[in-house]
Amino acid sequence: MNIFNIIDSFQKFDGDAVGRLEHASRRMFMNRIGSKLAAAAIPVAFGTIVNKAFGATPTATEVLNYALTLEYLENEFYMIGNGTSGLIPSTYAPVFAQIGKHEKAHVDFLVAALSTNAVAKPTFDFPAVFPTVFTDFPTFVTVSKALEDTGVRAYKGQAGNLITSKPLLEYALQIHSVEARHAAIARKILAKISGDATIKGWISNDAGVPAAVYAGEGNVVQGTLNLPGVDGLSGVSFTAITEAFDEPLTMDQVLAIAGPFIKKM
Amino acid sequence: MKKTLLDNTVSEDKQMLSVVNRRYFLRSAGVAAATGAFILGACTDHDIQGDQTVDLGSGDVGILNYAYALEQLEAAFYTQVMATPYAGMTAEEKMILTDIRDHEIIHRQFFKAALGGSAIKGLTPNFTSINFNDRASVLGAAKLFEDTGVQAYNGAGKLITSGDYLLLAGKIVSVEARHASIIRDLLMPNTGSFAGDDVLVTIMGFGGFDAAVPPSVILPAVQPFVMDKISGSNLPS
Repeated sequence: MNIFNIIDSFQKFDGDAVGRLEHASRRMFMNRIGSKLAAAAIPVAFGTIVNKAFGATPTATEVLNYALTLEYLENEFYMIGNGTSGLIPSTYAPVFAQIGKHEKAHVDFLVAALSTNAVAKPTFDFPAVFPTVFTDFPTFVTVSKALEDTGVRAYKGQAGNLITSKPLLEYALQIHSVEARHAAIARKILAKISGDATIKGWISNDAGVPAAVYAGEGNVVQGTLNLPGVDGLSGVSFTAITEAFDEPLTMDQVLAIAGPFIKKM
Repeated sequence: MKKTLLDNTVSEDKQMLSVVNRRYFLRSAGVAAATGAFILGACTDHDIQGDQTVDLGSGDVGILNYAYALEQLEAAFYTQVMATPYAGMTAEEKMILTDIRDHEIIHRQFFKAALGGSAIKGLTPNFTSINFNDRASVLGAAKLFEDTGVQAYNGAGKLITSGDYLLLAGKIVSVEARHASIIRDLLMPNTGSFAGDDVLVTIMGFGGFDAAVPPSVILPAVQPFVMDKISGSNLPS
């Protein structure tokens, strides 16, 4: 169980890490037996533990390192995927090459921006969670979509923590919308190859696999407004209202999703 | 019920567009100077201010009005697109453009409600440069509007002081980016265009970033698509 490799790193933040991780890993193992996709019903305890390393209000450096960790994850995912012959059909190769190019640039940018404060790249293991991710194209696209949608929600969740660091906020926003472009095209390709027309470029309700990636996306209350009751919107579908706004994820939620891919930090 | 209510929203926009067309017809007939009173008689309340400058205001409210103005433009555009679909619009395109129309209407109505009494008036679009019968013209305009929307929200982020408003802008900008991606893929399927090098920028030599463009650059760029003169001179910068 690769997830135990990181216990040492987190035990110092959380004395109960061993117990919680054992529980989490047991869940993951059981889910994997049931379905390769259900493996994504990810151990929530992981994120809770990891988050203690950051504290309640992360600094700008911590936010950027959090972003860097996610970009490392995405970059390695596409490096392997794009480099695996026979995985990506030639029709879609230019799309994933473009995404991979961006993720590498984002990693390089964040490493340069953080300089000596940059965290090292963790060791990732994607097949540990999705055994066929680099042999089966639909699985690869499913994970791509999940990583991109998670990325969008992760950056969004940190905007408030950068509100006083204007240049960093702007850079983060400039990456955030590119992740959304990636997510939309991955979703479109998944819809095409799966024949599932309910998958669109935008997130409908809280639907999607893995479920943890889409938790809370069915929200229709924005600010203080319950949008289905707002003037001029009573004729627009509930689903469209959920699609019109992407929702943030907390660090806890994101690390719970990404954690199982991390073999060693 | 669903259909009727949606039709109401759409018909409001249709009404606005027909007003624009009427004004344009009259102007092109060379009677612009004489039509003032007639236009006032024919228009809804939103149009009464005619060509007076619309000031977006200052502070966070100004930024929200800026977003409201852009969303009005997008909503009116897609409403027209679906009211008069271009020749050969595929079922997939119809689904995509209908979804986007609804998202933009939702954004517009959200800002209108959120701004309440501080909201600017309903703007009168000017889409005379777009050929709504032509796929390339429509999707080209859609690409421009979506890319511009992304750049505008990205540039406005650092001008917002409220964390709540910043998050709301963030919730919308990624949906605009999704639109841009899908529209671009309709124009150049299965290429890198969805996040193309033609629209992305580099920062300190590293690529893969959407641009962040200030209101002072965005507003002159979108002004040709709006009849009313929009002023962002009091916006934060």
